[in-house]
Amino acid sequence: MSVMPAPERAPVRSRLLGAHDGPLPRRLNARERELLLAEVEASGLRGRGGAGFPTAVKLATVAKSGAAVVVANGTEGEPASWKDKVLLSTNPNLVVDGAFAAAQLVRARAVIFTVGRMHTGVRRALERALGERDDDVEVYLESAPDRFVAGEESALVNWLNGHDARPTIHRPFQKGFDGKPTLVQNVETLANLGLVARYGARWFREAGTEDEPGTVLVTVHGAVRQPGVVEVELGTPIRDVLQRFGGLTALPQALLIGGYFGTWVRAHDAIDLPLTNAALAPLGASLGARTIVVLPQGACGLEESVRVARYLAQESAGQCGPCVFGLPAMAEALERLDVDRLRRLTPQVSGRGACAHPTGATRFIASAVNVFADEIQRHRSGRCSGRSHLPVLPVGASTEWR
Amino acid sequence: MSHVTLQLKVNPILCDGYGQCAELIPELIELDEWGYPIVPREPVGRRFEPDARRAVRMCPRLALSLESVR
Repeated sequence: MSVMPAPERAPVRSRLLGAHDGPLPRRLNARERELLLAEVEASGLRGRGGAGFPTAVKLATVAKSGAAVVVANGTEGEPASWKDKVLLSTNPNLVVDGAFAAAQLVRARAVIFTVGRMHTGVRRALERALGERDDDVEVYLESAPDRFVAGEESALVNWLNGHDARPTIHRPFQKGFDGKPTLVQNVETLANLGLVARYGARWFREAGTEDEPGTVLVTVHGAVRQPGVVEVELGTPIRDVLQRFGGLTALPQALLIGGYFGTWVRAHDAIDLPLTNAALAPLGASLGARTIVVLPQGACGLEESVRVARYLAQESAGQCGPCVFGLPAMAEALERLDVDRLRRLTPQVSGRGACAHPTGATRFIASAVNVFADEIQRHRSGRCSGRSHLPVLPVGASTEWR
Repeated sequence: MSHVTLQLKVNPILCDGYGQCAELIPELIELDEWGYPIVPREPVGRRFEPDARRAVRMCPRLALSLESVR
């Protein structure tokens, strides 16, 4: 008897970025709302904005109090991430489907779509899609400041309320737009919600892993032939993910996983792992919003990290003392190769802001100290392994808060 | 009847680092190197409750609060 290998299932790569016929059915009655909420729960969908909170739990919590509005968060203030812009440009209707479904689930009258101010093409694509709909819901479209923390949900809601796009201590699901409970959801999450509403939980789970189902959008920068955004199944080996970007252009030295609140890992530790939080957890890393930067041999990871640490310090909203004073101090200590000082600073900064900014920045810097320990030694003796000093990691330029 | 335990919380946006709280209850609150209070994650014991309440009342920025935890 011969054992046949299981036929290989073709990977799923065009759900979020693929075509889907017509808009979703419009009105859901109470029973259908309940069924859809159960379906979202069964799908295992988690937020795709970075925090990874179970979507069904968030929906159910807000549904209980009844939200005034749904905010579709497409601001994507992280300069290294492009997936929300690509999604909104490619498939705005799917995001709109999900946003309208979410509005029904939490009994909201209005949906506010938000995009980054600089990205006028994204706004136009969304405008065109919204112009073709006649759903029974009030719709607004707002262009928010393109700053790193402006898309944090309390900051975004604060800005929509007419203030600066700076975080507050209020949780939008309790006190949000106009002081009322508000559902803020990343646009990739909403697109997935639109897919679950259309095809159901079982279909959704045909991609991805048991614990981390579905497909995700991944942004890759650095040493790949075609940097950009692709859709892959969760669980795809990272090496295969990078192949989708045309493959590597140089030997990889390290990967930054999860963007600027993320974690540097040594390339050889991570490249053969599947793209899941479970696989990355032992390295102290997580997927975040699935931004990956491939740092080639011949680039200086320390130099790159100092530049980003300075950028993150400058992007502090300037409200919480430990962030205002701590992040510049950490960036400076990293530049001066003062690892002891960084160790003393870490507990004084991490976890001590109103939002996750100081915590995320601290995680990024700590991982740089760990992964680029040899480079720090080299710099101490006046050397640097960077041959090209062209920046690999992009930083933002906006200075607007309103 | 079980005693409601209380925890000190700082609103980091309001806090300007006056440091009065650390002077009033140095047993519970220390200041970081910029003068901002680091409050314990553990509940405030009964012994320090009156002091903690006083620190909350005296905060010039009204940034300190005592919140009940289960």
